[in-house]
Amino acid sequence: MNTRVLIIIPAYNESSTISGLIRSLKSFNPDWEILVVNDGSTDNTGALAESTGLAGVVNLPYNLGIGASVQTGFKYAYEQDFDVALQFDGDGQHQVEEIEKLLEIVTKNEADVAIGSRFNKEHSGFKSQLLRRVGIKIFEYFSFVLIRQRITDHTSGFRAFNKRTIAFLKDNYPLDYPEPEVVILLGRNGFKMKETFTQMLERQGGISSISITKGPYYMIKVLLSMFMASIRSKQIKAKS
Amino acid sequence: MITLFVIQKMQAFAIAASILLFFFLLYLIRKKRIKEEFSLLWLFFGVVFIIFSTWRAGLDFVASLVGIAYPPAAMFLLFMLAFFFILIEFSTIISRLSDRNKNLTQEIGLLKMELRNIKTRFDKVYGEEEQKK
Repeated sequence: MNTRVLIIIPAYNESSTISGLIRSLKSFNPDWEILVVNDGSTDNTGALAESTGLAGVVNLPYNLGIGASVQTGFKYAYEQDFDVALQFDGDGQHQVEEIEKLLEIVTKNEADVAIGSRFNKEHSGFKSQLLRRVGIKIFEYFSFVLIRQRITDHTSGFRAFNKRTIAFLKDNYPLDYPEPEVVILLGRNGFKMKETFTQMLERQGGISSISITKGPYYMIKVLLSMFMASIRSKQIKAKS
Repeated sequence: MITLFVIQKMQAFAIAASILLFFFLLYLIRKKRIKEEFSLLWLFFGVVFIIFSTWRAGLDFVASLVGIAYPPAAMFLLFMLAFFFILIEFSTIISRLSDRNKNLTQEIGLLKMELRNIKTRFDKVYGEEEQKK
């Protein structure tokens, strides 16, 4: 039996990149199934994705936010009994060739979740603003205190999940600014995560969801939700 | 004498208002404008208001328990508590509703995709049969 892989692409107004992305994913490995979750885009992202004929497209009737979009993908992956679900952002920041790196970790059972990190090597080449780097460091220490797993890149949206994790996250995915909270949630519920270095490109389209003015609000909101996730009782029910 | 009169007047107002509130709630529930499951807290505090606006000694006792010198002020404390509880209940209800709403939205998205897939497949098969005829 082959490992069935679902690539989940949450997309909000990504019309400039979406069809190219789908084509390059499919040409890289035609066995991968692709699910685009079009989160109530105001442009023609959904229609463009459908017109490629290479991807399943879920058009959410209105904007639910990144968390609920990704969760929609997990629900589909669970229903269709996929072995691995891989989250891949639609804005062109991640590289298709590096998907294998993440898949390998999960298929070889090295961990339940593989996270693509821009910080695992010195020469990552990814320059981000000082404030953003500080924020990311704070996440790293905070989450180490909470779950005793060392994760360097909490905001990475490049992740692969195995079957057990899919079954868990389809019911328990946090809603806004979900990535750091997911790390805590998974750590707290006994899932093992492993990071691997992945190159991160400048975004080709779309804009960051976190602007300078929203930064402090974002930090407080995320730290609070990370903390709440850590004191919340374990949600896992024995499911394989 | 005058102070006593004022308190009595205020008490009469409190009793009238509490009873009015209670019957207004009953009316809304009877008309199904409020569902029973959401009305319990309202009814509970409606009864509490009626009890303490009529039973002055009881209010005095509650006031002395929490160290309030002027017993009618204890009535305000009760109001505040009632509002807090009811608002908190609202927050939990809203959270639950928005969660269900999100789940439904996701299901609709997934179902519509499935429907589209089935339609395309159906058209393919049906189209072939048409051609054979």
